[in-house]
Amino acid sequence: MISFKNTLLTGSLLLAFAGTVQAESACGIKQGTISILGNDFPALHAVVDAAEKCAGGDVTFSKNHSKDFKDVMIAALTADPAEYTSVIVNNGVLVTLMNDGLVKPLDDLVAKHGAALKKNQLITVDGKVMAVAFMANAQHLFYRKDILDAAGVEVPTSYEEVLSASKAIQDKGLMEYPYAGTFKAGWNLGEEFVNMYMGTGGSLFKPGSAELDINNEHGVATLNMLKSLTEYMNPDYLTFDSNVVQAEWEAGNVALSNLWGSRTAAVLDDEGSSEEVTSATMFTAAPVLGGGSTPSTTLWWDGFAISTNTSNEDAEATFIAMMNGISSDVANNNADEAVWLIDGYTPGAAAVGVAETAAAGAKPYPMVPYMGALHGAAGDELSDFLQGNEDAETALADIEAAYVAKAKEAGFLQ
Amino acid sequence: MPHRAFFWFILPSALAMLLFIAVPIASVVIQSVHIEHPKVMEEVETCGPFNCTTEMRVDAEATAKLKQAEPLGKFIGLETYFNRNHLAIDSVKTQWQQRDGFFSFVRGLYNLPFYKALSFTLVYTFVVTPLVIVLGFMIALAVNSIPKILRGPAIFVSLLPMIVTPLIGSLVLFWMVDANGVLGSAIQRIFDDPNLSLKASPPLTWIMLLVYGVWHSAPFAFVVFYAGLQTVPQDTLESAMIDGASRWERIRFVVLPHSAPLVTFVGLIQLMDNFRVFEPIVGFNASASATSLSWIIFNDLFGQQQLFGSAAATSLLTILGVCILLMPVLIRTWRQNNRVVA
Repeated sequence: MISFKNTLLTGSLLLAFAGTVQAESACGIKQGTISILGNDFPALHAVVDAAEKCAGGDVTFSKNHSKDFKDVMIAALTADPAEYTSVIVNNGVLVTLMNDGLVKPLDDLVAKHGAALKKNQLITVDGKVMAVAFMANAQHLFYRKDILDAAGVEVPTSYEEVLSASKAIQDKGLMEYPYAGTFKAGWNLGEEFVNMYMGTGGSLFKPGSAELDINNEHGVATLNMLKSLTEYMNPDYLTFDSNVVQAEWEAGNVALSNLWGSRTAAVLDDEGSSEEVTSATMFTAAPVLGGGSTPSTTLWWDGFAISTNTSNEDAEATFIAMMNGISSDVANNNADEAVWLIDGYTPGAAAVGVAETAAAGAKPYPMVPYMGALHGAAGDELSDFLQGNEDAETALADIEAAYVAKAKEAGFLQ
Repeated sequence: MPHRAFFWFILPSALAMLLFIAVPIASVVIQSVHIEHPKVMEEVETCGPFNCTTEMRVDAEATAKLKQAEPLGKFIGLETYFNRNHLAIDSVKTQWQQRDGFFSFVRGLYNLPFYKALSFTLVYTFVVTPLVIVLGFMIALAVNSIPKILRGPAIFVSLLPMIVTPLIGSLVLFWMVDANGVLGSAIQRIFDDPNLSLKASPPLTWIMLLVYGVWHSAPFAFVVFYAGLQTVPQDTLESAMIDGASRWERIRFVVLPHSAPLVTFVGLIQLMDNFRVFEPIVGFNASASATSLSWIIFNDLFGQQQLFGSAAATSLLTILGVCILLMPVLIRTWRQNNRVVA
């Protein structure tokens, strides 16, 4: 019995020793627990899979890719120790975590291990690095070169031109519903509202407060343009999310769409579409509105943040692993999956739209804590207006009233 | 039964009810009269990949201190119940004062999220429940009269809509009624209108949801009535036949009276079930045209901004609604029981 125990002990010691050696050789992490929570799309899989190569020996690694990561992250990070050492966030989500103080400043780790990072990858709030961004995303214009040529119109640069191009396509009988938008009631419709509003140059909130500032001529222009677009859209537009719009595009039913940059690779690949569609699909900056110069869209970034409720050792291990996940090799091997912000990355053809949109001066999606309440209110209240049940002023007043009730309950307004 | 024995007899179920019904409801009541503490805000410089801006931010530390002092949040009484996203007392008052005929008042009410949801919920409840009872009874009669050898397969097929998970069932139908789907294109052909879309117009969406509701719940009523039909006294039926009663008369005067308690039972369960209609709205992506009380609760909990107080208030209003709906049935049952005792 004793000898058996001894053998076991020696065996596990040997194993542990072997593990340490192996781990050090992998990414230079001695030991620690790394667990990553993030959304579920190919670019993030590439990053997290590369980070996973640091696992082994005394370094344990786990990951959870879920479309619903937003719904679990607060509870998971409030626990002490946190369920995940890192969450892959974007500008909308980081604020929610910071509201409850669930992510920690990364300045020390950046100084120690972040030599490869560009300055614009660091998301700093009040001088402290709160997240490290590695990719950008934005809704921008997808267009079918062949259809626009056949209709005899130029590539639209403004939404007014999108309307006239759509009309030309319809009049020539080329397509029944030439435009498609992600207008599904709820989050998608709210995003369309925010995007369009950005093009007016107005601000969503009164400066320095959580009070809404949309019930004005900017808001009316935004709503009227959204309504005009629906005339060229499939009548089911209030059920269309990105998946449906992508499918419609790949089926060749649509010639113009303001769709996500993260969809370009999926549209261009050889699955679900025909050569005729993919060869004529082009990308450019999001259109402007009403003679303005800011594209009517919002810029998004994706990056990683590290939980407050995690030990310094685990935080360091996670940071090193994620730095391996966002190396220039990962970016260049997956050049078409995303528009990477990583140093040493050469943009592919699919990245043109986001790059042009950013270059044209599009604004980032606002990182204010009460943005979620407005986004939700707009997504719920706008469908009445688009269905023609009320005028723009009433719709804006409805959004404001719904927002005020939500913001009061969340403690942003008194 | 002596009081002592009764006490020990009832104790386990009373405890379970306390734990699984009373305590959760009490916690929801407490939740609904609180909102979050006022957030301590500060203006800070935020830099990202695209630019730097000065933006408002929550001072997490200071806010956490407030939370620690009063973990429940700020007490506000019934304010959440009366705010614009619930009963909207103020909006209703102004609309009543400025009304331009009854119709415009109703339209104004329909513009408020709670009343919009309530109207669909009530229509769904009062259309689907009777149809389910009638259809379920008819299926039960039909299945009961086919040869015994075919009954097994017939029962299985009739039960299918209930076996399918509601969310999956509604998703399947959602794609079938799509303009490119089997049902959708068939309907377009029947009405000879290539632009007809069930998903686009609110009235058609409502009809689609109502049809789905009947399709999904009819098997439940069928199973209950079918079981009831097996207990119909054969002697009475036979004597009715000897008296020359037709099939319709036998159903009307023998089978129906025998099944009356089952109608109450199915009606009760269906009223409760239909009042909490939720899955088809998500499955059919119908929230632009039809919302329900349960959908509002879901939207508050999983929206961009989680609102626990709002969700709790709507939950309690839903419970209240169920109580009001069931009141007539419960009073009737109570009276009947009293009569038996007397």
